[in-house]
Amino acid sequence: MAKDGGVSCLRRSEMIGIGIGELESPPLDSDQVHVLAVDDSLVDRIVIERLLRITSCKVTAVDSGWRALEFLGLDDKKAAVEFDRLKVDLIITDYCMPGMTGYELLKKIKESTSFKEVPVVIMSSENVITRIDRCLEEGAEDFLLKPVKLDVKRLRNYLTKDVKVAADGNKRKLTTPPPPPLSSTSSMESLDSTVESSLSLVVDDDSLIMLPESSTSPVDSP
Amino acid sequence: MDALISQLQRQFRDYTISLYQQGFLDDQFTELKKLQDDGSPDFVAEVLTLFFEDCVKLISNMARALDKTTGTVDFSQVGASVHQLKGSSSSVGAKRVKALCVSFKEYCEAKNYEGCVRCLQQVDIEYKALKTKLQDMFNLEKQIIQAGGRVPQVDIN
Repeated sequence: MAKDGGVSCLRRSEMIGIGIGELESPPLDSDQVHVLAVDDSLVDRIVIERLLRITSCKVTAVDSGWRALEFLGLDDKKAAVEFDRLKVDLIITDYCMPGMTGYELLKKIKESTSFKEVPVVIMSSENVITRIDRCLEEGAEDFLLKPVKLDVKRLRNYLTKDVKVAADGNKRKLTTPPPPPLSSTSSMESLDSTVESSLSLVVDDDSLIMLPESSTSPVDSP
Repeated sequence: MDALISQLQRQFRDYTISLYQQGFLDDQFTELKKLQDDGSPDFVAEVLTLFFEDCVKLISNMARALDKTTGTVDFSQVGASVHQLKGSSSSVGAKRVKALCVSFKEYCEAKNYEGCVRCLQQVDIEYKALKTKLQDMFNLEKQIIQAGGRVPQVDIN
């Protein structure tokens, strides 16, 4: 598997690797965006993984909330995945999963000290307003309706911050791409997309996760 | 050779459009194609292969759950498999399969045995029909490439 995480050939063996919940192997390039994708459906994992890799993200795809917690070192076991710094820039998770739902995973992440600043995006095939509201109230960055489409602009909105808090708590400056124009289909209108890439704001923890002011209605309808 | 390539490309274009028009595929399939490139030229085929394997597994689960000889039917178990199939069919753009899953789910919720059995039969027929159609489509792609041509982007609209 190409370690640059860019556009690469996803071979069948790799798909099976993702399928049985295997983790991506290190090393991680520290400038590269690392996304943790959580979905019990193999087909969906493959599609999400490809979608993210095409936007040059490094992706770790797991098949359950428990595996996600294990990967993040948030489970009860002491043996966390050994990285020099566990760097996760975005977590994207399915809502409906057996065992632990995406909502429950979201709660556990937001309760943790190391990962509560990481934006969490929930995906669901069902457009249930109470479900969406609950997730957003719990601190989800966004709620996407499945099937998930390639929306690079939207993805960048979660990640286009000049400063992010890495898992070890160190603030570091990211070089961001120029802010994308808001498409008319974007529901994240309240997100400030006019941040100049030359600005270097130090954002404190509280304002890092920007919730939309009103309940967003997800863009994609089944 | 050029005439052959053009002919194959035309066939491919017409065939692809017909699949959309007949409701086999929807725009999620188009989205999948966007994820394919020269670096991953078989991405769509590989995802669809996994999808069809999923179909076999899930339909077998549903059949087992609907088997009265093993005891009372657990409709929630059937429903769980239908939900999964609905999800994956939606993710690959398998429009007819997905639509069937929607009805199937309703029958499960209503605990309508005959309705469920009917849906199971239909879903089995439908995924196999799609599989055949897509195999034909992928074969056309192969022929174009073997003839030295490029697979055209098909504009559905």
